Amino acid sequence: MLHVDGLVKRFARGGTEKVALAGINLTLKPGEFVTVIGSNGAGKSTLLNAIAGVFAVDAGRIILDNRNITNRPEHWRASSIGRVFQNPATGTAANMTIEENLSLAVSKDVRRGLGRGITARQRKLFREKLRLLDLGLENRLTEKVGLLSGGQRQALTLLMATIIRPKLLLLDEHTAALDPKTAAQILELTAELVRDSKLTTLMITHNLEQALRFGNRTVMMHEGQIILDLSGPKRDVMEVQDLLNHFTRVRGEAFAVDRALLA
Amino acid sequence: MWFALLGTLEQGLVYGLMALGVYITFRILDFPDLTVDGSFPMGAAVAAMGLVSGVNPFLTLVMATLAGAAAGAITGLLHTKLKISGLLSGILTMTALYSINLRIMGGRPNIPLLRVADLFDIVVGWGISKRMAPVLVFVVFCLLGKLALDWFLHSQLGLAMRATGDNEQMLRSLGGNTDTMKLFGLILANAFVGLSGGLVAQYQGFADANLGIGMIVSGLASVIIGEVLLRPQTVVAATLGAVIGSVIYRLVIFVALRVGLAPTDLKLMTAVLVVFALSGGTLQTLWQRIRSPKEDKEAVGSVDNAAR
Repeated sequence: MLHVDGLVKRFARGGTEKVALAGINLTLKPGEFVTVIGSNGAGKSTLLNAIAGVFAVDAGRIILDNRNITNRPEHWRASSIGRVFQNPATGTAANMTIEENLSLAVSKDVRRGLGRGITARQRKLFREKLRLLDLGLENRLTEKVGLLSGGQRQALTLLMATIIRPKLLLLDEHTAALDPKTAAQILELTAELVRDSKLTTLMITHNLEQALRFGNRTVMMHEGQIILDLSGPKRDVMEVQDLLNHFTRVRGEAFAVDRALLA
Repeated sequence: MWFALLGTLEQGLVYGLMALGVYITFRILDFPDLTVDGSFPMGAAVAAMGLVSGVNPFLTLVMATLAGAAAGAITGLLHTKLKISGLLSGILTMTALYSINLRIMGGRPNIPLLRVADLFDIVVGWGISKRMAPVLVFVVFCLLGKLALDWFLHSQLGLAMRATGDNEQMLRSLGGNTDTMKLFGLILANAFVGLSGGLVAQYQGFADANLGIGMIVSGLASVIIGEVLLRPQTVVAATLGAVIGSVIYRLVIFVALRVGLAPTDLKLMTAVLVVFALSGGTLQTLWQRIRSPKEDKEAVGSVDNAAR
């Protein structure tokens, strides 16, 4: 489904150059749910942003569903990629209503024209989908999204990212800004949506326990490279401590445990 | 007095179309668009030259609208394609338009329209009194403009445009081209401004190269007055607010002149009005701090004081 081939991205930072992606290779099979871990500055977000097309890469190719999207602009790729961001404010428009936000999400793979933004049929669909979130949002269609809590906004963003089935779902620490209880709910919801629609997913997390518990494959990044790729029985027997040990062994240095340790 | 008030209403409505344009850029796109100071006199110039050349008055309005749209397109292209800042793009277009407007008017700074048949002569020909013709024409144009804008802002394209001003990152992640939206919004906004200019030229009986000075500020004043009065929660209310705000703004000017303010001081008054309206919240907190500096720490105490 997704082929990332020799991806290189360098950022200029005050005269010096930082290599954020050092020739990454990664292939995702359809339906694979991959969790991505690594210390701060490992290049996790850069990888997701490169795939989403936020910036141009310096070398390498990105193939999604047999199409080379390496040089396509961000909005072009969006028709086949769903995204949820770390900041709940990023994924929704605060001054627009819940139904208007959802309408923008369902019109993402059509050419937006002068037709009505929200039709009765859409409204029915929105209610159905919102009911599944179990947050009571189905009765608040015409309320502004700015009135919702961070968790509600993130749940809505998740719904918006998947309401038109994406070929690839990119989750960039999308529960990191939420309180633990809400984070757990959003994560369960994520797992449910991914399972039900069999979505091919890349999820960044700083929680190693989550990284092993959710999805069916885990990759560890360090200094712009993938240093560990776990799936199948080998992954099933992995513990958080094993991950930390592995990292120390491969790199010969202590893992930046500050954010990596599970809460 | 009655006639004077009617005149104020007429002005409020005809400039209300301009305020709708400012609403699009200022509130929908969150784009400070100074093109308005150039596209407004451009609409006036184009309509005036059309009338002088014997073009149908209604057709001159179409020309004025298209001229405004073209001006907006220039600003939009400068900003989205050449990556010039939004504020500077508008200033550049506005400055260039000053020369272009003079060219349109054949090098003359003023085109009088006293002896040519205009829109209102046609309407009077339909059996409407000369006194009521302008206000009726402007009510119709304003209403149609407002309703068309409401409809557009609820279409798929309009929702995408609103999302552009609200959260660009979000719209891009949902497949929207924010550059196209900004370009299109600027075109639409300045089309309204150009139309307003074309109507004003026919209403005042002349076009003038200096007609646009301070136009954006009076447009902002109208939008903000509307917001303060209506506190709109929806687009439909906000567009109504822009038109009503424009009428109230002209009323304020009318009263200010009656009270004895020199016409030359109006721009200063408008600027001060906008400063106060935009900084209202900040000024309020500042004022409260000056009056009771301890309020932040002793909130309960100050409530007691207020009760006494």
